Amino acid sequence: MTTIAPKMPKSWRTETKPHKFCPGCGHGLVLKALGEAIDELGIQDRVVFGCDIGCSLLSWDFFNVDSVQTHHGRTTPVVTGVKRARPDRICIAYMGDGGGYAIGAQHLVNAASRNEKITAILVNNCNYGMTGGQMAPTTLPQMKTETTPYGRDPEETGYPTQGPEMVAAITRENAYVARGTIANVRQLKGYLKKALQNQIDGNGFSFVEALSSCPTNWSMNAKETWAFVEKTMPEYFKIGELKAPAKKEEKIDV
Amino acid sequence: MTEKPINGEKRVFMTGNEVVAWAALAAEADIMYGYPITPQNEIMHYWTRLAPKYGRKFLQTEDEISAGFTTCGGVLSGKRAFTATSGPGNILMQESMTMAEMMRIPTVLVVQQRGGPSTATVIYSQQEVTMTCYGGNGEGLRIVYSTGSHQELFDYTIKAFNIAWKYRFPTFVLGDGYQAKMRESLYIYDPAEKGISMLKTVPFVGLEGMPGVDRDPSHLRNTYNTEEELYDVVTNLVAEYEKIAPEVIEYQTFDADDAEILIIAHGIVTRAAQAAVKALRSQGIKAGHFRPITIRPFPAGEARAVAAKAKKLLVVESAQGQFQRLVKDALYGLTVPMEGYFKPGQGITSEEIVEEVKKGL
Repeated sequence: MTTIAPKMPKSWRTETKPHKFCPGCGHGLVLKALGEAIDELGIQDRVVFGCDIGCSLLSWDFFNVDSVQTHHGRTTPVVTGVKRARPDRICIAYMGDGGGYAIGAQHLVNAASRNEKITAILVNNCNYGMTGGQMAPTTLPQMKTETTPYGRDPEETGYPTQGPEMVAAITRENAYVARGTIANVRQLKGYLKKALQNQIDGNGFSFVEALSSCPTNWSMNAKETWAFVEKTMPEYFKIGELKAPAKKEEKIDV
Repeated sequence: MTEKPINGEKRVFMTGNEVVAWAALAAEADIMYGYPITPQNEIMHYWTRLAPKYGRKFLQTEDEISAGFTTCGGVLSGKRAFTATSGPGNILMQESMTMAEMMRIPTVLVVQQRGGPSTATVIYSQQEVTMTCYGGNGEGLRIVYSTGSHQELFDYTIKAFNIAWKYRFPTFVLGDGYQAKMRESLYIYDPAEKGISMLKTVPFVGLEGMPGVDRDPSHLRNTYNTEEELYDVVTNLVAEYEKIAPEVIEYQTFDADDAEILIIAHGIVTRAAQAAVKALRSQGIKAGHFRPITIRPFPAGEARAVAAKAKKLLVVESAQGQFQRLVKDALYGLTVPMEGYFKPGQGITSEEIVEEVKKGL
């Protein structure tokens, strides 16, 4: 039997494929879109890729680019440190919803506030995957997880974090902020390209949230998983660009 | 009052994390604050399933910094509050636990050690010894129980609440990923069955009455203005800690009295050490074992008494000498030769210890 290797982005490291994510996980699609964006922009030799704890850490050897793995959403300050020291590099911070919106939320907020010229990519799959499926800041109301076994009650635990909306609210017009989904990889790639281009242009902070799947912890089959990503998640997490880059800093009236 | 979680005594076969959740329920813990990290997660999983049935509460915080400080808040409110963590989470809890040391807040923290440094492994280690005993910018004014079995996880989790509230020092149950994730037989029980009554908790803030009229307000602080002022505060804290230490220390010895080679180990490694002593004795080698259960405060005098009689000491641990530093500190001045068998982040079998002892004969 002959097997045909699927077409992979040039910037992927083939020696580490097949990758280590669970079957049906959306990380592979986000990283494919990112790989293609890196290829099309021709920046593979300039990228420094940072990933975090949780499932995102499985991407530590994913690309043929220099990479560093850390934890607790600290990928944002690690990559910020690289960018401040080497402004010619294209710095990417890749993390999950727990890293970005809970344990490392202060880093996301402050990197955005300081308008760090990095690209942060956050994968939203509504739970903590690697640790076994606990409630995340993005867990939808009534959703059952290991720490909300009777369903998430917003009266007790609040409503899901609207990350891009928050980042858009605290950044100026030269930031790029969008929410894409693995249900529309072409669109997601377009967002990621613009987010990288915004950094290349030296405009400001760039942030893309990607809606993604976690059939392992959602305990869903393929059909249910896809329906959840395609229909249920966007009802709460709206897809689209929240902030498109302006070439120059807008004059702000005082 | 809802019914008791455990009536009488029951034989069970559970993972260590499940054991901790049951122990906290049995110990009348009111609330758990926590954040996901492996290998501690299932303490939360069992707690979130069981707690509502017995009127207990849970809050998942945004990180371990918050989990530690919310635990301080819960305790300050007079609730039997606890949290649990591991590795990088234990690092983040050090900030709140130093506040607990300074303000004598009786927090209870269960640590299931994972590999380090940094993210490392989610499996097992004994590499959180230094941090759990001495983490933070202070003097390590804590009580740390290093457990070696599921039964001890149950017993000492219950005990930790009473010890914390009796002496008002932050109290830690130091387990590990093996104890957290493996299943083992043990007895779980209603503490009252064993004659253990849970100490009454008292609030430090949120007291009844009009402050300034009916009572003085609680003005709790961590901050001091002068060197002399702080010196007095810390000196008093240390003096109180040293005063209670003899009441708190716990240890075990195995064939230690006539031992020529004394194996010193703690936590789950004590089981390999105990088995090694049996094997060595059956081969005519006079081996013994000293095991501190409290590694902070350390049973220094007791360790010294048995170590002084031995011809050789072997410290065995799943870390690169963190525990050995505590032992050396306790045995300072003794001239008995000491060696270390260190496997950071890896388990240790009795066969390895036997081999190591025989190699050195």
